[in-house]
Amino acid sequence: MAYFLETLIAGLFAGLMYGLVAIGFVLIYKASGVFNFAQGAMVFLAALVFVTLVEHGANFWVAFALTSGLMVLTAVAVEALVLRPLRNRDPLTLFMATLGLSFVIDGAAQFFLGTDVHMLDLGIDDIAEDYGGLFISWFDIVASLIVVALVAVLGIVFSRTRMGVSLRAVADDTLAAQSIGIRLPVIWRIVWSVAGVVALVAGLLWGARQGVQFSLSLVTLKALPVLIIGGFSSIPGAIVGGLIVGASEALADIYLGPLVDGSVSTWFAYILAVAFLLVRPAGLFGDRDIERV
Amino acid sequence: MTTIQDSIPEAGPAEALPSGATLLQIGLVAAGLVIAFGLVPSLASDYWLSSIIIPTVVMGLAGISLNLLQGYAGLVSLGSAAFMAVGAFSAYNLILRVPGLPLPAVLLLAGLIAAVVGVFFGLPALRIKGFYLAASTLGAQFFFPWLFTNYPWFSNNSQSLTISAPRLEFLGYDLQSPLGRYLLVATVTALLIGLAFLVVRSRLGREWMAIRDMETAASVLGIRVARRKLQAYAVSSFFLGITGVLWGFAYLGTADAHTYNLDKSFQILFIVLIGGTATIFGNFLGAAFIVLTPILLDHVVLAANIAYLSDQGAITNLQRVIFGAIIIFILIKEPDGLSAWIRRGVGALRARLGR
Repeated sequence: MAYFLETLIAGLFAGLMYGLVAIGFVLIYKASGVFNFAQGAMVFLAALVFVTLVEHGANFWVAFALTSGLMVLTAVAVEALVLRPLRNRDPLTLFMATLGLSFVIDGAAQFFLGTDVHMLDLGIDDIAEDYGGLFISWFDIVASLIVVALVAVLGIVFSRTRMGVSLRAVADDTLAAQSIGIRLPVIWRIVWSVAGVVALVAGLLWGARQGVQFSLSLVTLKALPVLIIGGFSSIPGAIVGGLIVGASEALADIYLGPLVDGSVSTWFAYILAVAFLLVRPAGLFGDRDIERV
Repeated sequence: MTTIQDSIPEAGPAEALPSGATLLQIGLVAAGLVIAFGLVPSLASDYWLSSIIIPTVVMGLAGISLNLLQGYAGLVSLGSAAFMAVGAFSAYNLILRVPGLPLPAVLLLAGLIAAVVGVFFGLPALRIKGFYLAASTLGAQFFFPWLFTNYPWFSNNSQSLTISAPRLEFLGYDLQSPLGRYLLVATVTALLIGLAFLVVRSRLGREWMAIRDMETAASVLGIRVARRKLQAYAVSSFFLGITGVLWGFAYLGTADAHTYNLDKSFQILFIVLIGGTATIFGNFLGAAFIVLTPILLDHVVLAANIAYLSDQGAITNLQRVIFGAIIIFILIKEPDGLSAWIRRGVGALRARLGR
């Protein structure tokens, strides 16, 4: 039983990370209908820049501020150089453009900052402690609190501020939003910036756990099943979807894995996502109807 | 429902005098065959054949496969390489376990096995539409490499989990040399291009396009949408299965499950978008781009003499940046893909000939 619970908790933590990456997707998808493959590359870029700054003696907050600034610049550049010229093109073209973008971002990050694996120490102890027979790391608890706080802040921003309301208007009906004077390019820049900062948070938490390296970029691939399960347009959905994927993947690995002589975590999430699609196509929290036959 | 185009005889100075356009078409096909089977084999060196021409042609064929599904039937797939893997591993096991099976039969059966698998992973298309469909093919993309590495039976229990090309021969002709492998690839490709044209100009192809353009209208017209969609997955996967065999055996010689990874699937997707959706020959332009760009960038690095500036890793990453940027640039500048070049070229030729 304890083994079950520990596997579950480890899976949930991994799921939290999936969810964090998926939030970035949701933001961009809501505002521009783009499935941003480059989100993983942004996680990697942010983490690599941050860790390089820290290694050169910057303190945490300075590095955080500088990296956030870089993510905003990236957002502005992406809007001007990629999104604007590709306005009104079909979603697949936009997806392919973000795939090209991910090449540019993680290629550039590694070209300028090197391909070494960096250790990242956030000063949070990552040692499992005994809580009534269960070993849970303090790091997991802090990371969970950070994610909860981030979701709460995003929730407040989107429901209370003028910018957040404009964003929801664009997500709801782009044409109507434009007609009342909401400027789409501005919204895109803001949303991509926020997604960049979310990517930074994800990169820090994940990088602290497994080192800052190129594989951070590949977490993107898990975002598709997470979003399908949680719903493409809901931030809490992204987190819940992430938790479901993380937990079920970990459990499938220990219970299903032995039956097939191997780890099933590379593909299990996709099968789960397809099963979800067939039963509940809009995802658990999605409001945008997925077209179904 | 026969269109005028279909009633025009495909070749030969038939009954009526063929129009200028048909003559031009016949001329282009003949020129293509002469180039593919006459000029290229006699002019190209072994290096050109095995490092540039064979991969370009095979990747172009992969592009055609995906284009049938995506460009003509409007269905999404992010797992093309998985179906190539299914084809390659099927062919390997067929040759291994069924002695004496001739090469054409192996290719055909490998394609058919891939087609069955493709239909299975296409089943969700009966319930969902659009980009979400990517989930099941992406699942295939991760499932098959896992299957082929996890069960060594598929690679005949080889230590390295690789499959090696069998002796390629047909009717006693040895096809092992670069030229032989090229002729194998070119022949299969020519046949499949012919098949692709037959398919897209048949009722099947027209109904795919009707579904792609407006599904509701298509079903009102009495088109059996579900069946047509599964057929799209079947045909596309059939092509991909054969392409996978060619890639593994005629180009690489040795392959493993990771030969057919997600990067390959994305490359095929790039080929379709860069080459142009719903085209056949555009795919070869896209493939040439995918194959040649890294080679050209290598030469640029050599010529610019910047290799000493940094290590190989940095240069690989610089190439990654440039490659990504070129892709974005083409997507922005050439919405119809590079096949727009062909269309302009043919248009100019037609104008020159005075129609």
